[in-house]
Amino acid sequence: MTAGILLSGQPQGDRIELNAAGSWTAEYAGAIEPQVEAAIRGVTARSIFINLARIDYLDTYGAWLLERTLRNWTNQGRDARLIGLREDYRGLFEKVHAGTQKLAPAARGPNSIMAMLESIGITMTGVGADLALFAQMMGSLILAFKRVILRPSTFRFTSTIHQLERVGWQAVPIILLITVLIGAILAQQGIFHFRKFGADIYVIDMVGVLVLREIGVLIVCVMVAGRSGSSYTAELGAMRMREEVDALRTMGFDPIEVLVLPRMIALVIAVPILTFLGSMAALYGGGLVSWLYGGIPPEIFLARLREAVSGTTFEVGMIKAPFMALVIGVVACVEGLQVQGSAESLGEKTTNSVVKSIFLVIVLDGIFAMFFASIGM
Amino acid sequence: MAASNTAVIEVRDLVVDLKGNRILNGVTLDVYRGEILGFVGASGAGKSVLTRTIVGLLPKQAGRIDVLGVNLDQAGELQRQEIERRWGILFQQGALFSSLTVGENVEFPIREYLDVSERLMTEIAITKLEMVGLKPDVYRKYPSELSGGMIKRVALARALALDPEILFLDEPTSGLDPISAGDFDQLILTLQRTSAMAVFMVTHDLDSLHTICDRIAVLGEGKIIEAGNMDRMLASQHPWLRAYFHGVRARAGRKAAN
Repeated sequence: MTAGILLSGQPQGDRIELNAAGSWTAEYAGAIEPQVEAAIRGVTARSIFINLARIDYLDTYGAWLLERTLRNWTNQGRDARLIGLREDYRGLFEKVHAGTQKLAPAARGPNSIMAMLESIGITMTGVGADLALFAQMMGSLILAFKRVILRPSTFRFTSTIHQLERVGWQAVPIILLITVLIGAILAQQGIFHFRKFGADIYVIDMVGVLVLREIGVLIVCVMVAGRSGSSYTAELGAMRMREEVDALRTMGFDPIEVLVLPRMIALVIAVPILTFLGSMAALYGGGLVSWLYGGIPPEIFLARLREAVSGTTFEVGMIKAPFMALVIGVVACVEGLQVQGSAESLGEKTTNSVVKSIFLVIVLDGIFAMFFASIGM
Repeated sequence: MAASNTAVIEVRDLVVDLKGNRILNGVTLDVYRGEILGFVGASGAGKSVLTRTIVGLLPKQAGRIDVLGVNLDQAGELQRQEIERRWGILFQQGALFSSLTVGENVEFPIREYLDVSERLMTEIAITKLEMVGLKPDVYRKYPSELSGGMIKRVALARALALDPEILFLDEPTSGLDPISAGDFDQLILTLQRTSAMAVFMVTHDLDSLHTICDRIAVLGEGKIIEAGNMDRMLASQHPWLRAYFHGVRARAGRKAAN
């Protein structure tokens, strides 16, 4: 196959005949377009004929380029037509000729400063909408919970156990691994710096209080938000995309009761357990490093720990866990149920779910810190 | 344009296993230039498997597939790409990229394979959209804003973006109302007649088989049990074929047609 060409003929008075030859196909469209443009500009005759008799192959690309040329000339008030069009290409040409190409101009956005201000405004109203949705979800959850308590037979026990296995049991190994490391790193850094003052022994106070009050629960919540919150959002989102949520609703089930409540209950049970396991693992890691790196034998570590931390320290950490689980779960489910049709929306909501729940967990931790300080815990 | 005798797809003794089950067991099939081949078979018989194997989405255990005269096993990377440029595939659900606009979806293969100006690309995309019966306004919309029938049309426009020589259609009329399905059939027929491409159409729609297919191939028990025109299907004594083409729905359809 040879590339398509447009040959200019000799003008005869006000009339000119151009010859098109070769393959006017997609493959050569890039090469043909400049020739066509040159012809549009270069030909001055009033009446123009394009002879297609020598064209070998013609497809939509070639047909459109010819059509574009004709339209240009016709718009200039000239008489342009095709001759020698093969019968089997006539249908294609008619299809292309029927197209209007009328595309409304793209809506022009405002300038960049306005766009930035606009996006800030949209984000801020979005925060308000998020809070409303959060409150709405909490309300629906409480209502669903009330219904389930009044009619315990409707409680989805199997589903709850299944979710509990996924977010609780299956999360244990990774939580243990990470918290052991965190405890070990805290102890190592503590020993390294405290040693300068000869205060190595106080590393036990630091690790004990920090892990039990703050780090244990925070690390576990961040892990759970990334691991379980994201999967809640993705699952619910995919179910929304495939209209499964609508199907539930039309069958007379409340999606909150069927889908969200078991997940929430599983999370509220699992996170405190994981927090306990995580805190213990972190203390273990801290003790191990104190022994191997700091030369503090385990007996001394334990004795010192007993003095440094009290039941209150432990309680402060554990009380926070179920509330944080609630925040993670509600954010994840709200985001999941907001997913629209596209795959992109699913990804966006999953990201939002993780980012928002981690942010809220930290904010909540701050609020708890103020609360416990003011009641003297 | 009548079907000529050059085969654009030649499948010989194809064997495909899926998760340990033998789905296709010695399929031999030709698709000729310029014909519309309707491909039928019971649900789960492996129609989609054959389509997906031909286009290279599934591995095969044995057999040979030639597309446009090229053995796909022996084709190098470049030759394969060259072949892929010359076929278009319409997936059952449309498979439009949901993060791109309709226009970008149609332009996607053009951008990847051809070296043409931005302007020509846009114009071709709009031309294709208008050819499949859509208004140019859809160009800037996102797939999530379209109805099921429109999604199929956009997907067809994308499959046709490079003016392919072979068009694979996976149940093109499923999920469309009878009027839209009929329109879609006519659309495929018109487009096929204008460009003389070969159309390989997996379908369950008896109306499509009657009205636009030049030839029908039937898959059963992992093999092609019959191939030929409609008369041959109606004359066949194979029990499944009798049930399919002489069933209640087929009779009702013929009565309506007469």
